Formats: sequence, structure tokens, C-alpha cells
Amino acid sequence: MTTTTPRPVELDDVQGLLRFGYSHHTEACFLLLRVKDPAAARAWLAQAPVTTAVEAKPVPATAMQVAISGPGLAALGIPDDLAAGFSEEFLAGMAGDEDRSRRLGDLDSSHPSNWAWGAGDAVPHVLLLLYALPGHLADWRRSLEAELASGFTLQAELDTADLAGREPFGFRDGLSQPEVDWERRRPVEDRDRLEYGNLTCLGEFLLGYPNEYGLYTDRPLLDPGRDPGVLLPRAEDRPELADLGRNGSYLVLRELRQDVAGLWRWLAQQAGGDLDRARDWAEAMVGRKLDGRSRIPGARGLNGFDYAADPEGLHCPFGAHIRRANPRNADYPAGTRGILARVRRFLGFDAGALPQDLVASTRFHRILRRGRAFGTPPVPEQALAEPPPTAGTGLHFICLGANIGRQFEFVQSAWIQGTRFAGLPGEGDPLLGHRLPGPDGAPSDCFSIPRADGPDQRLCGLPHFVEVRGGGYFFLPGIRALRYMTRPR
Amino acid sequence: MTPQSPFLVVASVAAGREAGLRALLAEMNSAPGVVDPDNPVLPFGRFERVHFARLMVLDQTTMADLSLYGVSPPDLGLRLVLLGDCDGPARTLLDELAAGAEDGLRRLFGHCEGFDPGTGLAAWLHAHSRPTQANYVNWLGRTVCQIHEESALQRFLSARVPRMPVASGEARRRRRELIEAARAEQRAGRLRLSAPQPAPLGWWLGNLAHALGVPLLALLVSPMLLLAAPWFVWRLRSLERSDPEHCPPPEAGHLRALRELEDRGLTNQFTAVGPVKPGAFRHALVPVLLLAIDWGARHIFHRGHLARVQTIHFARWVVLDGGARVLFCSNYDGIHEAYMDDFINKVAWGLNLIFSNGVGWPRTDWLVARGARREGCFKKYQRAHQVPSQVWYDAYPGVTLNDMRRNRRIREGLEQGEMGEDQALAWLRLL
Repeated sequence: MTTTTPRPVELDDVQGLLRFGYSHHTEACFLLLRVKDPAAARAWLAQAPVTTAVEAKPVPATAMQVAISGPGLAALGIPDDLAAGFSEEFLAGMAGDEDRSRRLGDLDSSHPSNWAWGAGDAVPHVLLLLYALPGHLADWRRSLEAELASGFTLQAELDTADLAGREPFGFRDGLSQPEVDWERRRPVEDRDRLEYGNLTCLGEFLLGYPNEYGLYTDRPLLDPGRDPGVLLPRAEDRPELADLGRNGSYLVLRELRQDVAGLWRWLAQQAGGDLDRARDWAEAMVGRKLDGRSRIPGARGLNGFDYAADPEGLHCPFGAHIRRANPRNADYPAGTRGILARVRRFLGFDAGALPQDLVASTRFHRILRRGRAFGTPPVPEQALAEPPPTAGTGLHFICLGANIGRQFEFVQSAWIQGTRFAGLPGEGDPLLGHRLPGPDGAPSDCFSIPRADGPDQRLCGLPHFVEVRGGGYFFLPGIRALRYMTRPR
Repeated sequence: MTPQSPFLVVASVAAGREAGLRALLAEMNSAPGVVDPDNPVLPFGRFERVHFARLMVLDQTTMADLSLYGVSPPDLGLRLVLLGDCDGPARTLLDELAAGAEDGLRRLFGHCEGFDPGTGLAAWLHAHSRPTQANYVNWLGRTVCQIHEESALQRFLSARVPRMPVASGEARRRRRELIEAARAEQRAGRLRLSAPQPAPLGWWLGNLAHALGVPLLALLVSPMLLLAAPWFVWRLRSLERSDPEHCPPPEAGHLRALRELEDRGLTNQFTAVGPVKPGAFRHALVPVLLLAIDWGARHIFHRGHLARVQTIHFARWVVLDGGARVLFCSNYDGIHEAYMDDFINKVAWGLNLIFSNGVGWPRTDWLVARGARREGCFKKYQRAHQVPSQVWYDAYPGVTLNDMRRNRRIREGLEQGEMGEDQALAWLRLL
């Protein structure tokens, strides 16, 4: 454990998205760019007005964030040996190989070969995220596009919609977020946590700081000879080296098309037209009520709960989307107190605790979500009316983290797609599951709702409600790292 | 109770035969990482005693790391390894394989040194068998047959149970109806629940002798151990400070080759191999630790969990090449990343205990602390030491250990006599 006061975070070197969701900026648009002229592209990026994590009063009318993909680094002329210091997942890319797609559940109609962007030659080089207060996006975006034309081609523009805090299926969204330890209050140490908590080490989201293991995640560290102008900060753990990763993060973007009408119609049909029951099932599938309230009795507010009091999934089914995405458990099963109890559980001798110990400790698998909805989803009542609305709607899922493999990919493959999550009998996520049969041909398209007075209720034959239309891994650099990478040479 | 045993055959690949051998191994798969259980070379699926099996070409991989100590690595050549886990004794299984897949095995081992058409196959397999120093079985006595039968029972009952609330006082009746239905299936020959076989007397005696013998041995040498303890601790600590740590990132091609075989079903295989640190201290410590691990696995951790980890079907540690290197193999449920998560967060101490004697392992304290807890370093190390299994067989894809535990409880509840209302309801809820 360190006793010295840790260096404060250089907020002016951190992109604002790590600290803010830009919720006042209800207009947003994400530009996917390909580098056309590397020198011109670098020159533009070198002076790009990137908004930092320093709190501004009043809030700025517009905010821009910049992220670069693995192929983008090469396209901008970043030397390979320097890029090699980034994580393997980032360099390989979300659609880099079949094995990754299989693990992420990007199969069937969600397979990268069906994507609108992000696979093969269609990996964007640079991602520009534009956020604006109401009325400020359109003109700004037009003038930016004109500026960008010399260095980039505009591959695609992802428009977003302001659904007033809801996601397209109609549920309140974005309620659960880890609390990032900006003040660096958590000691740098490797110690078991006996309780689920929301406060998460800075290093889980920001490169260059200690993570939940008390360690620094790998990132490109440079010989100071490669940074003669001292543009880059020095590494905290290795002060003799320049830190290209510090204050940066990885950004995961996925375009998820949601079949809103499909979900509500299917549920209504299963419920024999009983809309209250259909809503109840939808809420069980999500794990929250439509208005965002937890299904766990005694929850404090929208986010003050865990599942220790619901070990049988009677209130929130094990398979519910939010229970999978964030199981809210600690390093040991609930109720571990005292030396003897811990020793017994440490060795696995507490038979009662073992069934509660099937899910990995949550704190190593948190993600910071920054997604935005798109399209004009019908409200549930509309979704049930004829004819079904056809316009595309869904979520531009965005999450940030310092370790794509341990955070986004783990959550997506072990928890969301895992058909035996928490001991379930064989079913994927009720919203995001790929629905393909298992290796023995057993179906994975059911959803189990446990009840105290009988065998689980089971909804089977769930259709595909969410389809992946594109996606990519990006590096969201610190401001100095961005200037370093795009400096004139 | 039918005990499970590990089998292991190791042979040197003859010069110039590697490419042909790899092609033959690839022929056994229907896709990379997916063996055809009925393949013409070694149709594993026809041998009902086999739980898991794998064939791999073992090269010298990380032996070169010995140069960290200024030691030049021995030339171990290329090995063909056949290993697996079976019900009953391994020796008779090898005989069955030799008899039932003779042509294919001859084709396989025909790529090895000293194997010619006149070689007696079974005798060759026995002569090239190697002992397993430490072996872990998730549930001692659970046979392949039992796993399949109980899984079929669960599928039958789960499909049949009415998925609605059970009115108060109705649970026992509903259970009886299900039992009746299952009995009718059994009578019609569509469901089978074979009675367990008694444990062979010889095995039982041997196991008892092992259970008592190892602690007795420890007790006998304990005065000497006590005397040597200060020296041991001093030596360990100084080595822990000076042993080099070596965790370079695995090569992209190596990682791809491993991942291609992984996460195709619910269960995965893992194999890693690496040299033992040079010097008498480590080379003396490894067999002692393996003896202790083997004892713990055999007599303590044989009922569903290895310490806190509940997802390992079988695991083994094997000393190869006169102690020069250690091979670790396991079969586990879930994705690779989750397996590593368990290693780091649940049993890092156990990994450190044995693997910190391997060259380059992340730095430990007191043999058990840190080491694998050093996440980034550990993850690179394990990938760099992992070797692909060209052929891997799983007798029950689609059935996880947790499924087996539930299925066993379902069967127990079926075979139990009258139940109380609460107990009957709990049984129904398992379905």
C-alpha cells in the first residue's frame, strides 16, 4: 500500500466522455472516418478542439471526442512498434477473426459479414463523437464536415435520438454506472472485497493508473528519446518512460438494431393478449420495471441494491439482462464474515455457499456505458398496432474501459452469451442472446423465471430481438497523446 | 463406485514425420477443435469409458527460457502425446483401444521412433505410458454412463413437469406422477438408470493406504522438516527475490492457433508445459508439492470442487523428461477468459504453489502470495506456455459440471422414498 498522496488526475488531459455522459447535450452524432490524406488528417486532428474532463460552467454548447482504431493508427502513420504496445483485442479489432465473433456471439444475422460497417475493409480509422446542446448540432456538423474533407472520407454518420433517458424497448436506461474513483481514494493494493461496491479504481477505466488488482494495465510506454519535446506524460509506475496510454481509454462501439415491435408483439402473443402480463415478462427479461425501478425489494433508489437478498432469482431472474451484465457480487459469496467462515469459503468447504459462487467477482468486469439511442421507436402500445413501424431503431452501444478483454468481452461472452450463467439450465440473454442451439443441439432460446411455489416458468422460442449492424474497438487517447501522435514530422 | 483414472502415452516423433502426423491428426476433426467422435483413426465415441481425451504434438516451446539462467536447454525433440481420463483402470483401457482401433493407432504411432509394422500395439502403448504425478477428478466415481443417463432423465422430467404453481399439498402428488412416468420410460427401455458398481477391493485398499500413508510419511519426516525449515525459508525467499520473471506477450500467431480451438462449446481444454527452474531446490520441491496436491485431490477435493473452483472436470500435473519440465492439462467449463479469472481470483495461491517452480513465473512471495494475482503478467505467461491440442474429445458436450450436480440431485430425489411436501417442492424446482 502506498502512503504517499497519489498524483491528482490531469483532468485537462482526459477526454470528457470518461467523466461525463453529456446528458444536457441531447443532440449527438458519431462520424466514422477513413484517412484519405495522412498529413492533412494528422494536421486536422492535431488542432481538433477536443473537450476535456475539466468541468466547464456554463456547459459548452458543443463537445467533441476523438477515438482512433487499430487500422487508424497505421493509416495516420503511427509506427508499428509503437502501436504494438496497445492491447491485443484493440489491435485485432472487434471483427478481426471468426474466433472473436464466436466468443462475442456475433453469429448468424449478427455476423460481421452482414455488418453495415466495421468488418473487413470497412473498419473506420477515426471516430468523432459530436455532442451538442439542443439546436447546436446541425450547423456545427456541416462546418466540421467541410473541414474534414481534405484529410478524411466520411464513411458513415451514426445519428442519434433523444429518447429522454429511455432505450428503444421503452425502459429507462443508463441507470447503473460504476463510480469512477477520480479522487484516487481507493488504496493501491490487492485485497479481497467482501461487499459489492460501486466505487471502482481509476485504472479500470483510465490507462496509466492502478486498477482493481493494484496494478498498471499494459499500454505503450516509450523510450524518452522518442518524445524529445516531452509532449507525453511520464509513466507513474516507470517514471523513466513516456506514457502514451496515460489518461486514455479504450472505447467499444456497437450498432445494435432493436426489433421493438417484434419484442412487444411476441410477448403479447405469448401472454394471450394480456398486456399486463406481457409487460411483467418484459420487465423480468430486463430485470427492471419500465420506469427503471429495481425488482429487488428494499432497493434504495434506482441503483442501491444487489442480489444477495435474492439468491434464488425470485425477484430478479438470474437470466435477466441487468443481472447478467452486472451481477453485483463481491469477491466471496454473500455473508462471508469472520476468519473461520472465510477460510471455509476460501477452500470451498461451505456447501451452501458454492451455488452462490458460480459467477466471477463483478469488480473486475465493470464497464462505463455511454451509449445513445437512434431512430424513432414506437411506444409499446404502438408496437402492437397494425401495421408495424418499419424505420430502424436501436442503440449505439458505447462503453469505456482500460481492458477490453477483461471488461467488455468478458461481460459479453461469459455473462451475456453464457448459456450456463449462474447455473442456468441453458439460455442466452433474453434480449441479446444469439439463440443458436448448443453443441448437443439443445436450444438456447428460452428464458427462465424462477418461482417459489413450483418449477421455473419458461418462455421458449424467443426470437432475435437485437441484431448487431456494426462495431469496432477504438483508443480514446489523452489530449497530449493525441497531440503527440498527430504532431507534424 | 467406479474410480476414474488418467492415461498418458508419450512417444518421440520420428525425424521428418511431423507434417504427415499433423495432417493425420487434422483428418480426425470435423472442424478445428472439433473431433469427429466416429473418426476412422481413433473413434473415441465408441469407447464408453472415455470421459475426455486429447492428442497433441508437443514441441520444445518454452524450454528456451532456461537460457534466463544461462542453462542451455536439452534437445527434447518432438513428442506425440495421447492422454485422457477414463472409468476404471487405465491399463485395460489402453488394451481396449489397441484392440478396437488398432489400424488407426498404428497409423498414428507409425510416425514415432521405434514403431514398425511388427510392433505389438498394446505392449507399445504400455511401454510408452507415463505416470501422472498429481491428478484431480471433479467427482470421484461418476461414470460417463451415469452422466449420460442422468442427463437423459433430467431432459425427460424437465420437458414433462407442468410449469405452473404447485397448489399447497400438491407437490408430493406431482412428484409421484413424474416418478411414475419415469418408471414407465424405464420399463419401455427408453430411460436407463444403471446401479453403481462397487469399488474394486484392490482400488479401495490402495486408496486407503494412500490416504493414510502420505500423512504418515509426512509425520515421520516432520522432525527433519522442522529442523530444515529455517534454511528452507531462507533459501525460498532468496530465490523468490532473484529468480527472473519472464512474461513477454504471446505471439499473435500462437494466440490465434489456441483461440481457434477454444470456446466452441460449453467445455474447453487447456494444456500448458514449461521447464522447471534449474537447481536442486526447485527440482526437489516439485515432486513433494505434486505428492501433496495429488493427496489433496484424491482424498479431500473429489466432491465437486477444487478449492473454490467448480468448473474443472479433470486436471493433472505430469513430470516429463526426467523432471526437466511439467505438463498441466485440464478440461473445464466456460470460456478461457473466465477460467483465467477463476485462477487469479479464486485459486492464485494454489497455482503459485506449484507453478512458481516453473521458469519465468510471475514473482511470488512465500510460495503462495502474488504470482498469479499479477493479472497482466500471469495472463501473458499462461498463454505463452499453453500448447494447442490438435485433437480433443469430450464424451458429453453440452453437459456442464453444474448440470451434472443438478442431474444427480434429480436422480437422488427420484430414487428416494416418500418425501415431505417441502422436500417434494424443492425437488420439482430442480427441474
